[in-house]
Amino acid sequence: MSDLRDLYQEVILDHNKRPRNFRILPQPTHHADGVNPLCGDRISVYLDIEDEVIRDISFQGAGCAISSASASLMTEALKGKPIAEVEHLFEAFHDVVTTDCECPKGLGKLSVLAGVRDYPSRVKCATLAWHAVRAALEEHKEAVATE
Amino acid sequence: MSALHSVTAPSASGTGELDIARIRADFPILRQRVHGKPLVYLDNAASVQKPKAVIDAISECYSGYYANIHRGVHLLSERSTIAYEKAREKVRAFLNAASTQEIIFTRNTTESINLVASSFGGQAVKAGDEILITGMEHHSNIVPWQLLCERTGAKLKVAPFTDAGELILEEYERLLDGPVKLVAFVHLSNALGTLNPAKQLIEMAHARGIPVLVDGAQSIPHLAVDVRELDCEFYAFSAHKIYGPSGVGVLYGKKALLEAMPPYQGGGDMIRLVTFEKTDYADLPNKFEAGTPNIADVIGLGAALDWLNAIGLDAVAAHEHTLLDYATAQLKEIPGLNIMGTARDKAALVAFTMQGVHPHDIGTILDREGVAIRAGHHCAQPVMQRYGVPATARASFAIYNTRDEVDFLVAALWKVKELFGS
Repeated sequence: MSDLRDLYQEVILDHNKRPRNFRILPQPTHHADGVNPLCGDRISVYLDIEDEVIRDISFQGAGCAISSASASLMTEALKGKPIAEVEHLFEAFHDVVTTDCECPKGLGKLSVLAGVRDYPSRVKCATLAWHAVRAALEEHKEAVATE
Repeated sequence: MSALHSVTAPSASGTGELDIARIRADFPILRQRVHGKPLVYLDNAASVQKPKAVIDAISECYSGYYANIHRGVHLLSERSTIAYEKAREKVRAFLNAASTQEIIFTRNTTESINLVASSFGGQAVKAGDEILITGMEHHSNIVPWQLLCERTGAKLKVAPFTDAGELILEEYERLLDGPVKLVAFVHLSNALGTLNPAKQLIEMAHARGIPVLVDGAQSIPHLAVDVRELDCEFYAFSAHKIYGPSGVGVLYGKKALLEAMPPYQGGGDMIRLVTFEKTDYADLPNKFEAGTPNIADVIGLGAALDWLNAIGLDAVAAHEHTLLDYATAQLKEIPGLNIMGTARDKAALVAFTMQGVHPHDIGTILDREGVAIRAGHHCAQPVMQRYGVPATARASFAIYNTRDEVDFLVAALWKVKELFGS
């Protein structure tokens, strides 16, 4: 049970139960769907970008606690950030959930997902929303898959 | 909770007592611990573990007499050929087919179905015709027919089922009255556990002269199948679900149909005479077995059937029913747990969701408790769509599972609730 608490930390359980920014933006400038073909989970992300800055961001969809909490935490982390920082943040986050690196300080609350590194089959859950944001910024028309 | 390996055999009413502890001893893999807990393997519907007899048979083939079959005049080739063909005879007897010519070895159930879709379908199905399946099919009994329909301009029709997971016979019958050229249905649903009334469905199709393929991937390890009694035209299954190795499938087909069908793949071993002008095909079953087959694993399947026959499928079915009833009763005690698939005739598995917890989280937490289950859409996405859920958790049973293991499952599910505060 104790090692499960490393994965399912209170912050994650809270964001799963009460996801932040869980809505559809009425007129997003960017939008994409992320699909995990392994489980059929689907997450849609909506962004409102002005002057290269993410003014608003939201998501919708059904997924496991890890993918929902990760999406919720991601929207909090990205709101107000210049889009130039997204790629850098995603890379740092990816390292945190896949390697034994020390969590960089700049990641803030996102580092609660570090426990995922001990559950390789769940890495795709944690990165699904990020893949979708990347796709939205690249203006993909088709749903992006984690595979 | 009592120790996992000192279990008492459950009473298998009317079929004698099974010594499950002795059966478990045949499975080397079951002796291990995962994450420090005894392994409780309840993912048998995905693939079942292998008894030592099967592992040994494969090992003996490779270390003792392996060579290519149907070709060599040397001793090893002759011995391999005899062992391979003996396995075919074991499959014939297991299904009670009339002839070994009706037993085709493939890679898996999926390939068996694709063989029929391609060969029989390509010959018999034309634009405007219909293929009838049910709403509870595995993707492997949907997609080959969709591909056939795309190629030919035929239509795929789907017989619906009730909320309990039972096929609606009136709807099935109504759909049979269309220009249906083939019915293909799942015997035992991998997503719901529903056991379809195969004999009745086949009779209804035959009353209209429509041939039937039965997807037996799930049913084959749980109940005795007699293809002559069922009278189906085709029956498909995989070795890995019936205690045999992965990489081998079986297609049973009635001889007259198989003889009339064109080959599925061309190559070696399926020919009588090849010239650049024309090729004469080999007789059944070789016509459908192009190229070097999975020799050692076919022999492994034969060993699996021997092993299973020694226990007896009736005893297996009785034991698994006891487990299913016990598990169903225990799971119903957990608040917020919803069992998906409550058909009157069910076998071997229970699929469920838990309020406020995604099945993948259930799967991860159970894994840390040593309990292996499947979480996901079970390659039956239309079934998930039917119930409006993205996925389910599924515990599926085999002959080596015990009541104690069901208790481990239930205890682990209470931990899920505790962790998620649901």
